[in-house]
Amino acid sequence: MQPTDTRNPDYFHKVVDCQWACPAHTDVPGYIRLIAQGQYTEAFLLNRQSNVFPGILGRVCDRPCEPACRRGRVEDKPVAICRLKRVAADLADDYTDRLPKAPAQKNGKRVACVGAGPASLTVANDLLPLGYEVVIFEGLQVPGGLMRSNIPSFRLPAEVLDREIDDIVGMGAELKTGHRIQSMKLLLAEGFDAIFVGTGAPKGKELKLPGRYDDAARVHIGIDWLEAVAFEHIKAIGEKVLIIGVGNTAMDCCRTSLRLGAKSVKVMARKPRQFFKASVWELDDAEEEQVEIVINRSPKAFVTEGGKLRGMLFDVMEYDVDASGRITAERILGEEMLPADDIIVAVGQENAFPWVERDLGIEFDKWDVPKIGEKTFESTRPGVFFGGDSAFGPKNIIWAVEHGHQAAISIHKHCQGEAVADRLPDGMNLQTSKMGMHEWAYSNNYNSAERRLMPHVGLKERFQKLNIEVELGFTAEQFAEEVERCLNCDVQTVFTDKLCIECDACIDICPVDCLTMTPSGTEEELRGRLTAPAPNISQDLFVSGPLPQTGRVMVKDEDLCVHCGLCAERCPTAAWDMQKFTLLHPHASDEARQPR
Amino acid sequence: MSFITKPKVAHPQLPRNELNLTVRDYEGAMSTLCAGCGHDSITGAIMQAAFELAIPPYRMAKLSGIGCSSKTPAYFASASHGFNTVHGRMPSVATGANAANPDLYYIGVSGDGDTLSIGLGQFLHAVRRNLNMLYLIENNGVYGLTKGQFSASADVGSRAKKGETNQQPPIDPALTLLATGATFIARSFSGDREQLVPLIKAGLTHRGFAVIDVISPCVTFNDHEGSTKSYEFTRKHAMTAIYADFVPPAREIRAQYAAGEAMPVQMHDGSQIVLRKADGAYDPTDRVAAFEYIQTHQKAGEIVTGLLYIDETKPDMHELANTPPGPLASLPFAKVCPGNKTLASIQSRLR
Repeated sequence: MQPTDTRNPDYFHKVVDCQWACPAHTDVPGYIRLIAQGQYTEAFLLNRQSNVFPGILGRVCDRPCEPACRRGRVEDKPVAICRLKRVAADLADDYTDRLPKAPAQKNGKRVACVGAGPASLTVANDLLPLGYEVVIFEGLQVPGGLMRSNIPSFRLPAEVLDREIDDIVGMGAELKTGHRIQSMKLLLAEGFDAIFVGTGAPKGKELKLPGRYDDAARVHIGIDWLEAVAFEHIKAIGEKVLIIGVGNTAMDCCRTSLRLGAKSVKVMARKPRQFFKASVWELDDAEEEQVEIVINRSPKAFVTEGGKLRGMLFDVMEYDVDASGRITAERILGEEMLPADDIIVAVGQENAFPWVERDLGIEFDKWDVPKIGEKTFESTRPGVFFGGDSAFGPKNIIWAVEHGHQAAISIHKHCQGEAVADRLPDGMNLQTSKMGMHEWAYSNNYNSAERRLMPHVGLKERFQKLNIEVELGFTAEQFAEEVERCLNCDVQTVFTDKLCIECDACIDICPVDCLTMTPSGTEEELRGRLTAPAPNISQDLFVSGPLPQTGRVMVKDEDLCVHCGLCAERCPTAAWDMQKFTLLHPHASDEARQPR
Repeated sequence: MSFITKPKVAHPQLPRNELNLTVRDYEGAMSTLCAGCGHDSITGAIMQAAFELAIPPYRMAKLSGIGCSSKTPAYFASASHGFNTVHGRMPSVATGANAANPDLYYIGVSGDGDTLSIGLGQFLHAVRRNLNMLYLIENNGVYGLTKGQFSASADVGSRAKKGETNQQPPIDPALTLLATGATFIARSFSGDREQLVPLIKAGLTHRGFAVIDVISPCVTFNDHEGSTKSYEFTRKHAMTAIYADFVPPAREIRAQYAAGEAMPVQMHDGSQIVLRKADGAYDPTDRVAAFEYIQTHQKAGEIVTGLLYIDETKPDMHELANTPPGPLASLPFAKVCPGNKTLASIQSRLR
């Protein structure tokens, strides 16, 4: 193997698994450390730089960081990253005077954002401080997009949503609610310098089966139904409810049903549990509320009697699953009819652009989705950008935020007459954490505590009102323990080969046996002869240059390193050092600071 | 020395031995030696060897005298027996322990001062008794604990950290042992784990007194330019005469050896050491030739390492003394206290 090029910021960035997995590359260990130090406002603001909505995401983020967390490989459960984000948001002092401000002198460029969801709001957040005038058009009476209409208030209270949206709109965005854009052509005619489309994936998928429209009032489309509940157009539901589909929308539908008077709620899944789309924690929360999840039931027909919905007919399925977890065969074992007063279909959602005329130079692909630059988010018509779910289909809030950041860079470049594709690369800073002989500027000892459990409102109280937030947030004792579970993966083990005297001290002290000194070889062959097995090929091997005395190389398997710093402590020549890595992931403000 | 102890968290797929233990189960307390000390690496090699031999930790007895080296038994196998004796007197205590219980694995860890200065007499008499133990000399050429004076193993011409040059000739443990009739003599280097681990395993299996003289650089007082016991000097000047590959009992020799290269030695417990010759001319069972070979290479500035001499045929202390097998504590009462009649007959012989 060639010596590892650690000057490429991606190398150390990948070591910080949570930050690498986060679409917005939030500095997770950084803010967890700030929480540990009691600097909640700073922790909130550090979050806000990347993910813009710490209070919202601290409750309802899809948490791609948690399955990636190294702690989940070293022991069982990852750090409760999302819960700690909420701690930062809940405990932050008044931070309003520390938010970016829009300058009094505008730069004369006007940007329109269509839809007031997370993507558009992020664009506004990034562009307002640079002097842009931003107009946000929202079809509904209130901003927030899917965060408002599709996420039930018992998971995300309206106050949290309002506060974080106000932080952005308060910078001076012109928010036009109740103003649905009906024609892209007319919008283009208004003479904006750039248009950003952040209209989400607003169309719930249909289930076209016999009987679908026989009692249409009792069959609902998940996201439309949630929106109707959010705006109090629907206030009740029948006693027996079936939810078709087992994604996160289905979880919101079943739990909302319970709060509107349903007595028996069943979630119907076509496949076994390992194929569920819903996040594990959302499944857990639903099952805690006695929602029954029925597997291997494939919907066949809506059953009605005299124009009244009676239930649904399912095929009972059986699947053969191979060792790699793929379905190799499926069989129908029989039929089953389950009674229902209401059926909610939550089998996915898709983009819809009936308001974008097809003769404007904005090209659509064969799935009727606009063709968009992967990094620039620009459509085939210069000056028109797409982001969030409306760009590449349904993802989640944190992806929408990152799309917003990237689109804001493009919009800035477009408005300044620069090449949109010519963007700043990621950078990094490395700074030693050494404070003394055996002292480090981080809590380096391994804490063997188990993951803390989120306390919930009691199973009786929570159903009294629709908007009682179920999760209470971590107590002070809980988060004080949870922050210590973070392995500080951003404090990197940095090796200087020419200083090494090959004394074996680091090899012997490493608690997880991730170091080896050995003659170099190919990666595959090296992995076979390390101190401990290194089967996780998604994690890099660090390989040094030749060591001065024997010409062997130092190899580090990044997979399980707990960043305890003992290699650096036991190193007599400081060939190992623990250095704090800071990712410099450029936003529009960084582009604006570049000399032109 | 570190402020935190080594976390208990471990690699989930660490190999396990026949006892279902991992190498982590052979750990001891955190080392308080200087960072980078050769002794710590030897500690690691002992743990690895004990793990590979699947020795139950409670069947090991660790003994030492005084010095940096003699602190190290605290750093491995917490669950074993230990005795930290006065300076240079470890061989006597080891003899006593071994006399009482021949069934344990005795590991003595000593230094060049503890062995070759204050303890030289005790050391050589343990050799004469052919006491069944593994005796490791962690040899760094200086008195580290008293700030780096030359020890009895410092080479003529070796320079101290402060600049003075050593004038007195060293006591070479290997040559001394060859002259005294030792039955297992090896030399190794703390920085060469691949050589050291099989040697420790062979030494632990040898029935009799097994000595490994391990050059173990003192990273604080003897790792500078001009030192002849530094990491760099040792790496440059060490040459291997013979490799020991260890084959445990009930396992056939699987490695392929070229004709004339391999030389299997049958050990008392049924295991085998395969000696692989790096130098075809070397015969590790010929005491006279070994002496000459080491001296010739010494003159050429080379440090000969590997298993230098082995004799598995000599009786150990218990055979010489004709003692009953097993620990004294397990002897039946009637045997330990044979009664009045026997006493009377013994006394009658003395009248």
